[in-house]
Amino acid sequence: MAFNISTEGEVTVVDVDGQLIVGNRQELKQKVLDELEAGRRKFLVDFTNTGYIDSSGLGVLVSLSKKVREQDGELRLSSLNEDLRTLFELTKLDTLFRIADSREEGLSDF
Amino acid sequence: MQRQLVFELPNDLKCIEEAVEFVVSRCSTCEEVARKLRVNFRVCLSEALANAMIYGNGRDPSKRVRVEVVLYTGSLTARVTDEGDGFDPTRVQDPCTPCNRMKVGGRGLHLMRNLMDEVRYNDRGNSVTLVLNLPQSDGLSREASA
Repeated sequence: MAFNISTEGEVTVVDVDGQLIVGNRQELKQKVLDELEAGRRKFLVDFTNTGYIDSSGLGVLVSLSKKVREQDGELRLSSLNEDLRTLFELTKLDTLFRIADSREEGLSDF
Repeated sequence: MQRQLVFELPNDLKCIEEAVEFVVSRCSTCEEVARKLRVNFRVCLSEALANAMIYGNGRDPSKRVRVEVVLYTGSLTARVTDEGDGFDPTRVQDPCTPCNRMKVGGRGLHLMRNLMDEVRYNDRGNSVTLVLNLPQSDGLSREASA
């Protein structure tokens, strides 16, 4: 599992490879906060290669979204498969995040 | 058919991912079962283990978590037991209300209740049993005729 950071213009893209769970959520949080500290304000978290997300993983996304918004930025999500999207729907988090079907769509009008 | 796994884990959150994969790899019997194991069971077992380590055992590295998994023909049962005093699951708030939605925590039990067919605690509240009903011949025949 790994969190790979790349940039697409003004957007910082975070690829979640593997699981986003209680055991690694702090790693993701720190990487995004480091980028935020460095002045980045637009974030796209892409789940193309993600197996599953637990409640701690969902929680860290909520936490990061709030912190990014406090700095007048935005954190979006992309490429959730049907199973992962279900987790967001069950917890009503699909109403809190802007979720794009693909990485390209997520980047298109950011 | 019945298959049983019983093991104990140290109270270390880093062990959860490997433990979940260990159990799932030994329970997958057909494609239909694998589909339900892929997310539902993985997420819920991960939740139960995290709750046991963080809240039950209070992150105490000297404590352990016991895992008992039984795969029957039509269901999968996992019991996760910690060494804590237990908690009252009826006191957990609904994380989906507008005022709770922005909170960082509180979604674990909600996910378990929605992704598993049955979630029950013992009287003490330190042991949770997760039950997932699995497709049997019906599921296999659908796969075969697809």
